[in-house]
Amino acid sequence: MSEMVLMKGNEAMSEAAIKCGCRYYFGYPITPQNEIAEYMAARMPQAGGFSLQAESEIAAINMVLGASAAGARVFTSSSSPGISLKTEGISYIAGSDLPCVIANVQRGGPGLGGIQPAQSDYHQATKAMGHGDMRLIVLAPNSVQEIAEHTVLAFDLADLYRTPVMILTDGALGQMMEPVDFGKLKINKPPEKTWAAAGHSDKRPPNIINSLYLDPKDLEAAVLERYKNKYNIIDEKEVRYEEFDTEDADIVIVSYGIVSRIAKVAVNMLKDKGVKAGYFRPVTLSPFPSGRLGEIAETAKRFLVSELNMGQMTDDVRLAAGCKKPVDFFGRTGGIITTPEEIYNAAAKVLEE
Amino acid sequence: MVVFDRPKSLTDREFHYCSGCMHGVVHRLVAEVLDELEIRGKTVGIAPVGCSVFAYNYFNCDMIQSPHGRAPAVATGVKRVHPENAVFTYQGDGDLAAIGTAETVHAAARGENITVIFINNAIYGMTGGQMAPTTMPGQVTSTSPYGRKAEIQGLPIRVCEMLSTLDGVAYAERVSADCVKNIRAAKKAIKKAFEYQIAKKGFTIVEVLSNCPTNWGKSPVESLEWMRTNLMPYYPIGVYKDIELNKKPEVENNA
Ligand SMILES: Cc1ncc(C[n+]2csc(CCOP(=O)(O)OP(=O)(O)O)c2C)c(N)n1
Ligand code: SF4
Repeated sequence: MSEMVLMKGNEAMSEAAIKCGCRYYFGYPITPQNEIAEYMAARMPQAGGFSLQAESEIAAINMVLGASAAGARVFTSSSSPGISLKTEGISYIAGSDLPCVIANVQRGGPGLGGIQPAQSDYHQATKAMGHGDMRLIVLAPNSVQEIAEHTVLAFDLADLYRTPVMILTDGALGQMMEPVDFGKLKINKPPEKTWAAAGHSDKRPPNIINSLYLDPKDLEAAVLERYKNKYNIIDEKEVRYEEFDTEDADIVIVSYGIVSRIAKVAVNMLKDKGVKAGYFRPVTLSPFPSGRLGEIAETAKRFLVSELNMGQMTDDVRLAAGCKKPVDFFGRTGGIITTPEEIYNAAAKVLEE
Repeated sequence: MVVFDRPKSLTDREFHYCSGCMHGVVHRLVAEVLDELEIRGKTVGIAPVGCSVFAYNYFNCDMIQSPHGRAPAVATGVKRVHPENAVFTYQGDGDLAAIGTAETVHAAARGENITVIFINNAIYGMTGGQMAPTTMPGQVTSTSPYGRKAEIQGLPIRVCEMLSTLDGVAYAERVSADCVKNIRAAKKAIKKAFEYQIAKKGFTIVEVLSNCPTNWGKSPVESLEWMRTNLMPYYPIGVYKDIELNKKPEVENNA
């Protein structure tokens, strides 16, 4: 059944979280993601859930840690400066093998930066979301509908792998309104959490949620185990991407999130001019679709990466392309959204070289 | 007849604490209270970062190890998901009153129905004897080698006094682990705090003045004497807040 409504990306994310059984939200105000906290404050009580404005992002992520440890589906959101504060908690959550969903509705940085859309937290999200040998799954939706779908996916992946999952959007996707059909969401029941710390009722030994291993042998074993049975399987099974006309392309434009929509227009402009242009969009930024990009590099002539930052994904594309083909970059930063013409011109320029 | 046995709420694990350290005694008090109130099966404990980080190995209930200072936020998450569970944190002075001050104050302000067991030993034990927010004026620590000076490091924080100004706090009592009489009183306070939590009266905290013979550079006996002559005059034991009695601070000075 269709349940079509017109909504902001931030609101669609919140509603999708509730629809898939999340009943706990902890946040702290920051633009451009305030709609999430406001939506949750209004909707959670109606849904029999609980939403709390914490005293800081640090407190919020630790409330998430507690709620997750206690067995709940739990969600928090912020924007760039607030995400930096959450990194400590995210590392503990990863080290304690707890599931949760974190949204970063990115704005320009560094520092207080600005409040306009950006993608300048790519490195942080994919490489450095906390101290230690750890990773997150990072999803990069590009429409309000997909934000809703990725929210459900994020909760499922978090529970399946007992890992934090990040939904990486930006101020544009968060704030823009588009139709979204909640009827299309596939809702799965969360798995039973026999590991949760919620009182043993004298029926089992105590459950301990912990990330401390003072003996280096034990810590190494725990990390190796996490890579073997979690991250490596995620790499194998959870890579997602979208592409068209990449085979034999003269140029493949690689972009994600909001930029992928702009890049699509640019690709079609290039095609109109007779250029064999292709489109590639990582849907999961972590795990990164390196394998597929490597295959494309066999036949495509070159790549142009476009992002709202100074080229943070470019190195990943270069590594994936194995230095077989040139990888160029064009982007805007600081909160400025690139236009299709700019990407078209950047592509035309490198093709002339 | 067994007159002295291990509380069921403690595991068989041997404590790793230094000899003469009161952490173990306070663990036992908490465990006895969990036994007496018969709430072990529905209790979730939050271990801090500090000497008592391994509390998760000692308490025989579900346990979560928290990031340094964040235990009250972690406890908030657990309690909001399971309001019928008993949730306690066990924290040192660095954990609670330095890095975790915001989490402590706001959990108290919200009136979170949790019990905080706060071990004030005026020093950072685990990291080797650095200055704590509760370190005494003039006290020599590894990071205040000339003694804590008001003009440099400021003066100590009195946690119970500070928190008792908040309406969300149902119970705040400072006790001392320096002698048998006071240890008995400490247990009573801990029991009352848990009872208030179960009755959903609000935030409860028991501050336990404790020792760190190792980093104070004292024998266990000397360390208890040092507590009496130095800590207890500065940190008077007594009930600072009891929502039932609507008490104004009534402080027994045991100096
Ligand atoms: C973010 C962070 N900063 C610093 C530390 C190092 N650290 C571990 S325990 C501790 C202080 C513990 O002192 P206290 O809370 O007084 O407990 P005690 O060891 O005295 O029982 C510090 C600073 C840490 N683990 N994490
Ligand atoms: S270092 Fe101090 S606080 Fe820590 S166990 Fe030893 S005596 Fe106790």
